[in-house]
Amino acid sequence: MSAGALSSPPRPWTRLGRWLGRLGINGRTAVILAPTLWLAIFFLIPLLVVFKIALSAFALGQPPYAPMFRWGADDSLSITLQFSNFLFILQDSLYANAYINSLRIAAISTALALLIAYPMAWFIARSDEKYRNLLLMLVILPFWTSFLLRVYAWMGFLGRNGIINNMLLGLGIIDQPITMLQTEGAVFIGIVYTYLPFMVLPLYTTLVKLDQSLIEASADLGARPFMTFLTVILPLSMPGVIAGSMLVFIPAIGEFVIPSLLGGADTLMIGRVLWDEFFANRDWPVASAVAIVMLVILVVPIMLMSRAQNAVVETEK
Amino acid sequence: MNKSLFLLTVSASLLCGAATAQDQIVNIYNWSDYIAEDTLDKFTAETGIATNYDVFDSNEIVEARLLAGSSGYDVVVPSGFFLERQIPIGLFQLLDKSKLPNLVNLDPAIMAIVEAHDPGSQYSVPYMWGTSGLGYNVDMVTERVGADGPLTSWDLLFDPENAAKLADCGIALLDAPVEMMAIALNYLGLDPNSESADDLAQAEALFAGIRPYVRLFHSSQYISDLANGEICLAVGYSGDVFIAADRAAEADQGVEITYVIPDEGTSLWVDMMAIPADAPNPDAAHAFINFILEPQIAADITNYVWYANPNTASLDLVDPDIAADPAIFPTAEVMENLFPLKARTPAYDRLLTRAWTRVKTGQ
Repeated sequence: MSAGALSSPPRPWTRLGRWLGRLGINGRTAVILAPTLWLAIFFLIPLLVVFKIALSAFALGQPPYAPMFRWGADDSLSITLQFSNFLFILQDSLYANAYINSLRIAAISTALALLIAYPMAWFIARSDEKYRNLLLMLVILPFWTSFLLRVYAWMGFLGRNGIINNMLLGLGIIDQPITMLQTEGAVFIGIVYTYLPFMVLPLYTTLVKLDQSLIEASADLGARPFMTFLTVILPLSMPGVIAGSMLVFIPAIGEFVIPSLLGGADTLMIGRVLWDEFFANRDWPVASAVAIVMLVILVVPIMLMSRAQNAVVETEK
Repeated sequence: MNKSLFLLTVSASLLCGAATAQDQIVNIYNWSDYIAEDTLDKFTAETGIATNYDVFDSNEIVEARLLAGSSGYDVVVPSGFFLERQIPIGLFQLLDKSKLPNLVNLDPAIMAIVEAHDPGSQYSVPYMWGTSGLGYNVDMVTERVGADGPLTSWDLLFDPENAAKLADCGIALLDAPVEMMAIALNYLGLDPNSESADDLAQAEALFAGIRPYVRLFHSSQYISDLANGEICLAVGYSGDVFIAADRAAEADQGVEITYVIPDEGTSLWVDMMAIPADAPNPDAAHAFINFILEPQIAADITNYVWYANPNTASLDLVDPDIAADPAIFPTAEVMENLFPLKARTPAYDRLLTRAWTRVKTGQ
């Protein structure tokens, strides 16, 4: 935004602008200030609080951790930093396994969601313009019911006495109910189902902008449809693929509700470990340390993905 | 004109604020499926105090919320063995017994048990009590282990041979480490309240042996799962299993559920009403606790949730079938095999939950 845009508003505003300008705040800084304040209040400060708790010692009390700063009798300030919580996480393989398993489940779910969402997005993008909004609407429609209810609905589908088993039994395809609920497969189904719209929408926006003439040119030059897809369509839709994958992958890693409702007790994910630290152990310091480590682990794939996205955008220019 | 209208609105809203402050409300945090349908309505009708009722299904959650502070609850109902360690860290306020005239109705035998948790009952009043035993689907289980199988013994669960037979129809365990480990320790002939790491390792090994056959670790889902045949054997709280049995009977799908206190004995727990130190309406909380102690109200709850109440004066009002059911009001002989649970130290708690996580996840 240029400074000129702010020079014409009515008088009270110019007076306010001049007053703010004297404080060193002009239009440009004001625009940056709002998101900065937002980030500071709702992200940075809570994160620092979590970090502080992660460096405290556990104590049964209210709140359940020992104070970090303490004034001594001789007016001395003693600061206690407890790094043992982080060491504890590193030493017990439970946490490493939970992190790895969360990354694995999130990665597989993202790949599955991509495989299902791509044809869907393609179909919507290629369908008649007057139906597109309706089709997009159908993709978003599940959001109108509560997320929790939809996961519960899956429990009704997948249970031993659930709809799928009863149907298969009724048709005589199986004679023993299949155990689908409380398995890792059910977690994949839940995550893919829940996050599919997040994958479809960015894919749709890139695919709908795709220049039809490029596909025709590819065909004219003798490329088979699959070759056209691999060398023309897929590279051009990469920004959508990456954006969609990030939108699915990142929330899937920290997912708590889906693995605890659909997964078995042995489906170890970091969201559940975190819940157990807070509610089973009531150990806030270790829980905070787990959360901090998760954040650090998450930063790496996010940076890789955004670098990939930047690279794609660069090559497009 | 405009200004006076503004003032009028402000003063009116201030008056409203004052009025709502006088209209009392009591915020209750209790176990799921643990109160009669009409108890809250009757309370409001009798006292004019509105109610706000939330439920939980584990002691750990209650403690987590109380430790966080400002829970906003006026009455919470943790089990005695958790309350015991919550009192010394100042989570509860002293009861004003002058506001609780119905205390005289309480059973001295139960009061003797809770004396270990809260000496002199300064902070808490027993709500209901029960046992943690085996709930099972009679047809499915007898079909698999035989009518002469160990149907009244923990062997049904802890003997891997039996557990393997029941794996296909589904076994559920409570996701309550203190209680589950205590039951295992007792089964192994060890002190159920032991905090020794060796004993814990033995109990863990016992669970590891049957782990492949366990489908679910959850503290309330087994009620509906038992009722609709999703699982056939559960370690459950007495009244909850009876609720499952009742729902199964209502659904009339041929599912018959029964509850047994195994011969080897099991844990006896008493859930205690207490008022958090930072409760917003302690007066309303006292009124609610006193109301629960009324014989008719306590009897209504027992008749509805199949848990024993500690209210001697209510026993004549309890449905005779329930009062005579030894699985709900155990006989003196069975009582001898029941052990009360004691509070765990935080250091042991971490060992315990870590062992329990290993049981659940195999890691």
